[in-house]
Amino acid sequence: MASEVTHTAATFADHLPVLQILVPFIAAPLTVLIGSRALAWPIAFVSSAIAAVIAFALLMKTMGGEVISYHLGGWAPPLGIEYRVDAANAFVLLLVCAISTIVLPFARTSVAAEIPKRQHTLFYTAYLLCFAGLLGVAVTGDAFNVFVFLEISSLSTYVLIAQGSYRDKRALTAAFDYLMMGTIGATFFVIGIGLLYMATGTLNMADIADRIAEQGSNRTVRSAFAFIVVGIGLKVAIYPLHLWLPNSYTFAPSAVTAFLAATATKVAIYVLMRFVFSVFRPDFSFANNTLEFIIIPFAILAMFAASFIAIFQSDFKRMLAYSSIAQIGYILLGIGFLTQTGLTAGISHLFNHGITKAALFMGVGALVLRTGSSFYSRLEGAGRTMPWTSAAVVIGGLSLIGVPGTAGFISKWVLVQAALEKGWWPVALLIVASSLLAVIYVWRVIETLYLKPATGDAATATEAPASMLIPLWIMAAACIYFGFDTQITIGASQTAAQGLLAGAVGMAH
Amino acid sequence: MFEEFTWEFIVGHLNYWLFIVLMMTGLYIVVARSNLVKKLVGLNIFQVSVFMLYISMGKITGGTAPIFPTDMKVDPGVTYSNPLPHVLILTAIVVGIATTSLALALIVRIREEYNTIDEAGILEIESTICRAENQLHGEAMGGRA
Repeated sequence: MASEVTHTAATFADHLPVLQILVPFIAAPLTVLIGSRALAWPIAFVSSAIAAVIAFALLMKTMGGEVISYHLGGWAPPLGIEYRVDAANAFVLLLVCAISTIVLPFARTSVAAEIPKRQHTLFYTAYLLCFAGLLGVAVTGDAFNVFVFLEISSLSTYVLIAQGSYRDKRALTAAFDYLMMGTIGATFFVIGIGLLYMATGTLNMADIADRIAEQGSNRTVRSAFAFIVVGIGLKVAIYPLHLWLPNSYTFAPSAVTAFLAATATKVAIYVLMRFVFSVFRPDFSFANNTLEFIIIPFAILAMFAASFIAIFQSDFKRMLAYSSIAQIGYILLGIGFLTQTGLTAGISHLFNHGITKAALFMGVGALVLRTGSSFYSRLEGAGRTMPWTSAAVVIGGLSLIGVPGTAGFISKWVLVQAALEKGWWPVALLIVASSLLAVIYVWRVIETLYLKPATGDAATATEAPASMLIPLWIMAAACIYFGFDTQITIGASQTAAQGLLAGAVGMAH
Repeated sequence: MFEEFTWEFIVGHLNYWLFIVLMMTGLYIVVARSNLVKKLVGLNIFQVSVFMLYISMGKITGGTAPIFPTDMKVDPGVTYSNPLPHVLILTAIVVGIATTSLALALIVRIREEYNTIDEAGILEIESTICRAENQLHGEAMGGRA
């Protein structure tokens, strides 16, 4: 009986996996119960900072390839819910926590300007719920638990996006569209898990993996795989399933976009990797074929089509949204290679693109605060009146292109290496060619900020406040720092990739 | 590939056929209706179809309700249905209610701002805004999609 297992989690450190979620999860209702507008932000920030420390401790523990298995309530898996942390999880957890902790100080100023005062307390409640949900998705080892946390984060995301309606009413329809598509995606995911449960009789991911390996492939397992990939694909915004993304990112409040662009899609990609590699295993030929003949072509299509659309945008924020779809293409391409190098490239680009987009969207937020709009025509000449903000935006832009010396270069370099390793040199050429499209859309921003004469709002704008500049520059500095010091990103990605590719070994009890 | 479609196969998988019919009905309503409330009803039908899939999966032929006698002396001859899918679906129902209420709240706000809950009307208003923006800030590609 599971209840006879002695509770081995005796010390405080053993409880880290569950504390990771509990801290923001308890903080969320706390902000409502206290009901003080002045306290809501400090609570959110402190809980986010604590979560970041926990995530860092977990990553340090798992960097060596160790796997932490936490039994919720002392019930042993597969009956009980298990939280399972390896290098791949811990890396994603750290990304989400770090972004949240840095975006929150920025959010304080940005939210104060973009959202009416009476909504502030509830805004931070929804933010914390979204944050806790994303962490939960990453930490859990139970398939149904993934769905529950995914819905917690999604529902709060819809609320956060709709908060943009005080600036532009289209935020409401964007949130509604996302709700429709997101729910269809989540429901597809649940159907997939139901089918897996039918075939295996268990919900623990490691256990499902073992039983699929035993019984081999059958029609139920294959259709489960299809449902899960499409369901999560909607959340990831894999190219043809991306329709919710541009409007949501464009009309959401600046702080929300900065947080979501850097974390939400990344966590969804993590789920996709977990299911493809840990649950279905790399030797499940159906999964291999799906990656090679469906995901890779769409990833390459995304790299070009979305970059191409980004070039022709007249709104900086919407341009970045399309660029996100293109960058997700690079990550999926790395995963689709199904090699150690490819997966390392995918995971490190997941991190590097996260910090790059957080920097850029925070830059847009600062520009919106001072000029009132993110249209290029309103930002002309802002480089002279807002030099610090614009410089950070340029650094982010360079990282987006993948200029040597920035974080974006490192992961794209590994991606090209992975393509050459497989002998797919045309794909390597395509990666470089699509980066040239990024040069064009980033150049348009630089041209607008620096080369156009200052007109209108940008001419009279003043530099953004320090509360925005400091988080913005931390992210911009991170873009450069991780371009030189690859120890953490590539090191953790390699360990994570090894763990994922090992499949059976990585998930063994 | 059709030889397996015997009468027993079709009747034996009745719950799955019903699930698929319900699911497709829901999805069709989501896509085909332009009234946002009707779309939401379609989404609900779609979600409920999945509840049916899970619940019917827990039924075991000849199985009784999974309630143990109070003295916990379980007769090994008695077959119990599987309660786990039902428990899972309780969670999914809660998620569904949250989604529905949030979507209704959004529809109320949309009605306040746009004065319509018809998708065609909303699209028209949004394309007018887009055209005005394009005149002011230069043409853009992409639009609502």
